[in-house]
Amino acid sequence: MSATAAVKPALSNALAMGSAAVFAALGVFLAVNGVDPVMNLHGALLALASVLALIYIFTHQTEERSGYLDGPIRVATLAAVFWGVIGFAAGDFIAWQLAFPALNFDLPWTTFGRLRPLHTSAVIFAFGGNVLLATSFYVVQRTSRARMPGRWSPWFVIWGYQLFIVLAATSYVLGATQGKEYAEPEWHVDIFLTIVWVTYLLVFLGTLWKREEPHIYVANWFYLAFIVTVAMLHLVNGLSVPVSFLGSQSYPVMAGVQAAMTQWWYGHNAVGFFLTAGFLGIMYYFVPKRVERPVYSYRLSIVHFWSLIFLYIWAGPHHLHYTALPDWAQTLGMTFSIMLWMPSWGGMINGLMTLSGAWDRLRTDPVVRLLVVSVAFYGMSTFEGPLMSIKAVNSLSHYTDWTIGHVHSGALGWVGMVSFGAIYCLVPWLWKREGLYSIKLVEWHFWLSTIGIVLYITSMWVAGITQGLMWRAYDNLGFLKSFAPSAGFCSSSVAS
Amino acid sequence: MNHGIFEKNSLILLIGILIVVSIGGIVQIAPLFMLSSTIEKVEGMRPYSPLEQAGRDIYVREGCYNCHSQMIRSLRDEVERYGHYSLAAESMYDHPFQWSSKRTGPDLARIGGKYSDAWHTEHMRQPKSVVSASIMPAYPHLETTPLDYSNIQDKLKTLQFIGVPYTDEMIAKAAADIEAQIAPDTPAAKELLARYPKAQVRKFDGQSPGEGVKPTELDAMIAYLQMLGTLVDFTKFDASGPNLR
Ligand code: HEM
Ligand code: HEM
Repeated sequence: MSATAAVKPALSNALAMGSAAVFAALGVFLAVNGVDPVMNLHGALLALASVLALIYIFTHQTEERSGYLDGPIRVATLAAVFWGVIGFAAGDFIAWQLAFPALNFDLPWTTFGRLRPLHTSAVIFAFGGNVLLATSFYVVQRTSRARMPGRWSPWFVIWGYQLFIVLAATSYVLGATQGKEYAEPEWHVDIFLTIVWVTYLLVFLGTLWKREEPHIYVANWFYLAFIVTVAMLHLVNGLSVPVSFLGSQSYPVMAGVQAAMTQWWYGHNAVGFFLTAGFLGIMYYFVPKRVERPVYSYRLSIVHFWSLIFLYIWAGPHHLHYTALPDWAQTLGMTFSIMLWMPSWGGMINGLMTLSGAWDRLRTDPVVRLLVVSVAFYGMSTFEGPLMSIKAVNSLSHYTDWTIGHVHSGALGWVGMVSFGAIYCLVPWLWKREGLYSIKLVEWHFWLSTIGIVLYITSMWVAGITQGLMWRAYDNLGFLKSFAPSAGFCSSSVAS
Repeated sequence: MNHGIFEKNSLILLIGILIVVSIGGIVQIAPLFMLSSTIEKVEGMRPYSPLEQAGRDIYVREGCYNCHSQMIRSLRDEVERYGHYSLAAESMYDHPFQWSSKRTGPDLARIGGKYSDAWHTEHMRQPKSVVSASIMPAYPHLETTPLDYSNIQDKLKTLQFIGVPYTDEMIAKAAADIEAQIAPDTPAAKELLARYPKAQVRKFDGQSPGEGVKPTELDAMIAYLQMLGTLVDFTKFDASGPNLR
């Protein structure tokens, strides 16, 4: 896989330039004819990106081809870090807004309501998504011993995805949203993402088809499940009808209780497949690779994989306990969520035990420590999750900061740390460096983030449980107690 | 069992995954469309008036669901604090649904009629002026922005297409109904009330109504908030029989 050859795939080049031209034309059309500023802006952005792509493709028709295709992976790795900084900063900022509402600046574009989706999308889809793109493209090529197919498709996946992020982020700030958590992008952005995502699936599958290894490695099972399931969720939950084909606003096809069930089927599996299955793919490649040990148990991998993807899909209703969702659905959701504890911990054990015989690496290599602590946080949040799925517990935790604490023990502790562990492995590999710039800084990173996350989630536990208890506190005469500061807000207004 | 077949054929692996991940969703979602008990039979539900729908669109645009739920759970303290627990029927015309998952502010499912218009106007202008400890953002621009209802017909038509029972007459009169809802004691307002029973007709944002007065975004927002939870007649609601779930 090392011989260098100059190739000039005429058909690929022509197709790529043709598609870029079509996108550019569509962009100009929407920029001019769009009926609202969001559509005009998005048209312009699409046109600009397509013209740049067109110029680039035109001037780069010959390719020096050697070994694996790593260029797109480098871009995605840098993008992950870039969006990570933006997403964490946005999270930090909205946290300050919650303490000091003056930071909303009395402007439409900077209110908490518009910036919170910016945070969630930036960290989940922009940061997490780019980590998944980078690692999946890296892992699938190495474990298949095959170069990704296509001259331009992998590039389109990466840059198209960045454009999707920019389109989504600008919509929220300008007030174009479908108003469903983690599925906020409007219809036209959804369609664009679908095109990118299907290309992603094809590039991934294409690499598997070209593989020189007889077996598909376990990490790729998880990546594949992540890619196809996210496609399914996105397509069904995103069904909507635009008010005008030239405008950004649309109405989702489903309403009320069916919409709620579908949304949390989507939402919980955004967690299950985006934030879990994909990142388990990372665990199954980077942990064994970094500690130079085989995966602990092959059998456990198989059981882990199939039971995890089967059970996850059922767990959505635990977001809807005691609501107008019929009881049978709530009960199903609770039951499956509790069962989900088992495959989750099976996976955790498989990851952790991969270190057997190499436990000393925990002491000597802070990157291994990041990876291992991430798996420990995974174990913690997948214990807490089933607990919160029990109706009696959820009656207290739902709507409170406890959920926020749970979210971030999974999102920062697991997703964040496993991502940085993988990035610290990837960067020297991709840029062919001896090692990281400074292991000392990785030490600092490790300790700062571990302490930070622990402080974040413990404070949210205290806040959330207190909130839940206060909401249901009665005085000794049997009246709901009212507390400052919410006194004027809800309780007393009912009493008066 | 031999797992090799999945490990050696990417298409079989793909199909296997698709089958396994489809089951849960089908079992949980499909029956909700087929079982008639999913949505209770109630009296009083109607589609939103055009002004209320416009207000709802602003509610979605501003992302109010990031802090406010519209779903009163069937728990004692919630029912005492906010009123009757929310029924599925009450959000059956909600595209998108706005139940939310975080209560940084109070639940709004039955906020209608709880406060005066003046309270809401003050509150949107500067929340702290009416609730000293509030951390809600201020929305002073709502009262200074004229409501853009140029495409209200298209909006109702789209909603009709996806199942909201708007009649063709309602769609034809959509723009007129928006103007009518802020013009009390006019023939147009009477027509509006015939189409949308219980609709509240007045200038909501504190400005005086009159000939040619145009609605602001604040009118739409308050019109929406003031009707939330007011439609279903709970004296006639019986949670047993076909409504027992
Ligand atoms: C510096 C790091 C971070 C900070 C300071 C932060 C802060 C916040 C804040 C203040 C909220 C709003 C909470 C509320 O409404 O009460 C939030 C919500 C959220 N954040 Fe973060 N966050 C961080 C990192 C992350 C990461 C890495 C992820 C995902 C990979 C993430 C995912 C989410 C999600 C999903 C929510 C919404 C939770 C819900 O609706 O229940 N956050 N975050
Ligand atoms: C066995 C695994 C898990 C189960 C059973 C589970 C269960 C739950 C439950 C019961 C809630 C509260 C729902 C509510 O009351 O509104 C929740 C919320 C959440 N969980 Fe998990 N969880 C699991 C793992 C994870 C992991 C690993 C992550 C992150 C990587 C995560 C991210 C989230 C997010 C983002 C929310 C907030 C959704 C929202 O309300 O916006 N969960 N989960």
